[in-house]
Amino acid sequence: MARIDLVDLAHSYGGSAADPASYALKPVTMTWRQGGAYALLGPSGCGKTTLLNLISGIVTPSHGKILFDGVDITPLSTQKRNIAQVFQFPVIYDTMTVGQNLAFPLKNRGVPKAEIDARVAEIAGLLDLTPYLQRKATRLTADAKQKISLGRGLVRSNVAAILFDEPLTVIDPELKWQLRSKLKALHRELDLTMIYVTHDQTEALTFADTVVVMHDGRVVQNGTPAELFDKPAHTFVGYFIGSPGMNIVAAEVRGREARIDGHTIALDRSYEHLPSGARIEIGVRPEFVDVALPAPGLLSANIERIDDLGRVRFARVRIGETKFAARVPPGFSVQGEIAGLKFDPSHVHVYADSLLVEGTA
Amino acid sequence: MDKTINQKAWFLVLPVFLVVAFSAILPLMTVVNYSMQDTFGNNQFFWNGVGWFKELLDPSTDLGGRFLASLGRNLFFSAVILAIEVPLGIVVALSMPRQGWTVAACLVILALPLLIPWNVVGTIWQIFGRPDIGLLGYALNGIGINYNYVSNEFDAWATVIVMDVWHWTSLVALLCYAGLKSIPDAYYQAAQIDGASRWAVFTAIQLPKMKRVLLIAVLLRFMDSFMIYTEPFVVTGGGPGNSTTFISIELVKIALGQFDLGKAAALSLVYNLIIIIVCWIFYTVMTNAGAERRPEQGVA
Repeated sequence: MARIDLVDLAHSYGGSAADPASYALKPVTMTWRQGGAYALLGPSGCGKTTLLNLISGIVTPSHGKILFDGVDITPLSTQKRNIAQVFQFPVIYDTMTVGQNLAFPLKNRGVPKAEIDARVAEIAGLLDLTPYLQRKATRLTADAKQKISLGRGLVRSNVAAILFDEPLTVIDPELKWQLRSKLKALHRELDLTMIYVTHDQTEALTFADTVVVMHDGRVVQNGTPAELFDKPAHTFVGYFIGSPGMNIVAAEVRGREARIDGHTIALDRSYEHLPSGARIEIGVRPEFVDVALPAPGLLSANIERIDDLGRVRFARVRIGETKFAARVPPGFSVQGEIAGLKFDPSHVHVYADSLLVEGTA
Repeated sequence: MDKTINQKAWFLVLPVFLVVAFSAILPLMTVVNYSMQDTFGNNQFFWNGVGWFKELLDPSTDLGGRFLASLGRNLFFSAVILAIEVPLGIVVALSMPRQGWTVAACLVILALPLLIPWNVVGTIWQIFGRPDIGLLGYALNGIGINYNYVSNEFDAWATVIVMDVWHWTSLVALLCYAGLKSIPDAYYQAAQIDGASRWAVFTAIQLPKMKRVLLIAVLLRFMDSFMIYTEPFVVTGGGPGNSTTFISIELVKIALGQFDLGKAAALSLVYNLIIIIVCWIFYTVMTNAGAERRPEQGVA
C-alpha cells in the first residue's frame, strides 16, 4: 500500500540518447494517492503499457524517478517492488492446482506454510475460487484464470499497488461486467492502489476515480470522469471520450464571439489573448448542441442522418465540409435537409493548437 | 432413406491401393513368407512354421542368443543417449540467446551436424578417434589415456555414444528452443512479480511449456537410436567382438552375410513389431498429454 509519485518520468526504447520526439513515454510528473483507483486510457501505442511496465519494473526508465511512499524505487527489480500485475492474457502455472497457483508468490518468499494456507483460503473466498482450489488451473475458463492471476497479487498482504494491463480483453462481454464489479468491490474492501490500463473508455470511466488519458506518449489529461467529459483539456480527450465524441471545428475567436463558416456563436467567457499563429478551434459536445428548425441567427447545417440510440437521438450533420454531431431534442421531428444548430454557450470550449484555453469571465 | 449407390467410387481408391500394395503390403508379405521358411540357397525353400520365432525368443539357440543380446545393447544404447541428449539439449536451448544476430548464428551452428550424411558422420569419428592419425585418439593417448576403440569395448561404446550425442543433441536443442520461444513474455514477467527463482521459473513455466516438444524429441531420438545402423557400422563394424553389434547390424549379417533369409525375416518382423508398439505407446502418451491441456472453455 503506497502513494506513487512519478517524477519527470520518461522512457525511450532507443536508450537515453534517443531523440525526445521518439520517446515512447514523454516526461510526466504525477502523484497517485494510496488507495486510489486509476485508469490509464488511450489508444494502442499511446505509451500506457510502457508507463505500467515502468511502474512494475519490467522496463527500467531512461529518465526520471518513481517513488513509492517517498522512497525512490527506480533501480529496484520487479521482485523487490512489491507490485502485483494482471496481464492481458491470463498467466497460469500449468502444472499447478488453483491453490498452488495462489500460494506460489508466498512460497517463493519463504512464508510459513500455515500462513500461506490461511492467506490462500482468504483470497480464494474473496474471489469465489474456493470450490476450485484443488483443480488444475489449466482447465478453467479465461475469467477464472484472470481471477487467479489477480489472486496471486492479492495473497501478498503488503503489495504497494495492483496493476492491470487490459485484463478483460479475452473475457466474454457478459462476464466483463461481473469481473469489473468484482474489482470495484475488492478495491473498496481492501484499500489497495489499483492502476488499470485500457483502451476502452467505458471500462476506464466505470472503474476509476481518476482517469489518466494518454495520447502519443503524453499524458493529455488527468481527472475524474466528469472533468474529462465536461472540460476536456485536449481535443484528443474530447473526441476519444464520449460517444459520439466532441465536435471540433475550426473557428475564429474574438473576445466573446466565435465565427464558424461566417456565422457568429456567442461564448460564455472572453478570449482576448489567444496565442497568435496558433490553430484555433472550438469544441462542443453533441449533448450541448440542439438541432432546431432553420432560422436566422442559427448556424445552418446539412443533415446527413439521424442516429437513434434509444434514450437519445443524434443528428449527423455537415457544416460546410466539417462533420458535426448534435442532439435532436425529444419530440422534435426533423424536416428537410437543412437544420439550425443551437449552442449552449457554457459548454463551448476554445482550443489553441489542440490545448484548452481558459477564458476570462 | 434413398442412398445413391455408385460403385464407381471404388475406382478412386484404386491408385492409392496399388501404391500401398506395391510399396508396403507386398514386400511385407514377402518377408512374412520368408519368415516361415528355411533356405539352403539355390532358391530352394522348406516350410519351417513358427520355428524361427520360437528360436528368436529362446536365448539358448544361436539366433535367440544373438537377437536378445543385441536387443539389450540397443535398449541400453537408447537409454544412455536419451539420458544425455535430453538434459543436454534443454541446457543448450536455455542458454541460447533470445534475440539479435547471435540467434541465427547459433541456429546455423546447431543445424550443421544434422545436415551431415550418416556415413560421413561415421567416417569423421572413425578417423577422429584413431590413435595413430586421429586428433581425438592421438591427443587422448598423448595425455596418457589408453584409448583404442578397435580393441577396447568401453572405448568403442564411448565413441559410439559421444558420436550420437554430437550428431543429435542439436535436434533436441532446436525442438526445445522452439518450445521456449513460444512462451509469451508475460509468463516471465508474472514469475518475476511472483518472486520466482530461476529454478522455479524453469519448473513452473519452461518445463511444462516444453513438455510436448520434449515428448516429440524423446520419440524421435528413441526411434532413431533404436534403428541405428550406419554410424556404428562405419566406426566399429559392430566390434570389438560383438560388443557394439546392434539389432540392425545383426540383421544385415544374417540376411546378407549368411543369406539366412528365414531367420532374417523373422528377426525383422519382431524388430518392426517392437518399433510399432513403442510408437503406439508414445502416441498414446502424447495425445493424452494434449487433451489434458485443452481448457474447457474460453481462450487458453
